Amino acid sequence: MTEQLLFWVFAILSCGGAVAVVANQNVVRMAFWLVVSLGSVAALFFLLHADFIGAAQLLIYVGGTVVLLVFGVMLTASGHTIRIQASSAETLLGAGVGLLLLCVLVFAVGGVDWVAISGRMPATDMSAESADDLMGRNLQERVTNSRTPQATAAASDSQSRFEARRQSGRTVRQLGLSFFGLRPDRNLNQSAGEALAPGFLLPFEIVSIHLLVVLIGAAYLARAKRRVTSGSGTDL
Amino acid sequence: MDSVGLEAYLIVAAILFVCGVVCMATKRNGIGVLMGVELVLNGANVNFVAFSRYTPLGLDGQATALFVIVLAAAEAAVALAIALNYYNNYQTIDVDRGNELQG
Repeated sequence: MTEQLLFWVFAILSCGGAVAVVANQNVVRMAFWLVVSLGSVAALFFLLHADFIGAAQLLIYVGGTVVLLVFGVMLTASGHTIRIQASSAETLLGAGVGLLLLCVLVFAVGGVDWVAISGRMPATDMSAESADDLMGRNLQERVTNSRTPQATAAASDSQSRFEARRQSGRTVRQLGLSFFGLRPDRNLNQSAGEALAPGFLLPFEIVSIHLLVVLIGAAYLARAKRRVTSGSGTDL
Repeated sequence: MDSVGLEAYLIVAAILFVCGVVCMATKRNGIGVLMGVELVLNGANVNFVAFSRYTPLGLDGQATALFVIVLAAAEAAVALAIALNYYNNYQTIDVDRGNELQG
């Protein structure tokens, strides 16, 4: 019930913010509604039990990318910006095409039986939370298998602490380990002969190099140059 | 199950995606086009995380969403540098003015 209410609030905020981004002609107001939309998407991520992704969305998108866009708005502002208006025919055409695309997507989404398809998916049926289930079972086994009273007390104490703090959505450890190359959601409950599921170590390294390249490239592209007058050559 | 279904999240993602595409296609301000790109990528991210929650996709969906966030931030930086160069050359950010191939 609470989840439904929260979902509807944040879904309306994010979709309304997105429509407001499209509908506004003033680019500063578009930036504001983009902040609203991206923040609501972060709240939707928290509702989907993806705490780390939600926090990363808030930090990187709202706290980084939108600030970058606002800087861009500031640096490229001119008298013409406020008066850039699309003609009404263009507006109607754009809105019509957008509505058609939305109908296609909604029709595709509604026409698929997701439950039946997910039953046919290969490999594992361990979601990000069920590794916590497995750990809970391991702790329970340790409680029932322990011989001395001190071992029993220690095991049940750790189990109760784990159960008390366990909530779904704590994906930080599993995500971090998967970027290291280990997959705790797949490799914990395997028989001896199976191959290990691959982690995300290589994509992580590639993205790190990518970020370095982008940093250098953007700094080079946006370096201070002599201001060109219209018509003369550039030194891009 | 009483929780929100998968289709609801997919429809939210579809609306975000369509708004981003229309924004990219119709805005004359270059920064507005970049905002459309961000909306498109967010729609895809919502899709990934929703599938990660409701299907056996699991951790793969969330890791992919994280990579998408990082790459989108990098792309926004470079696109903004290009937009600044465009502004320096044309003295306007109106993308409709960039209709010559040379200089």
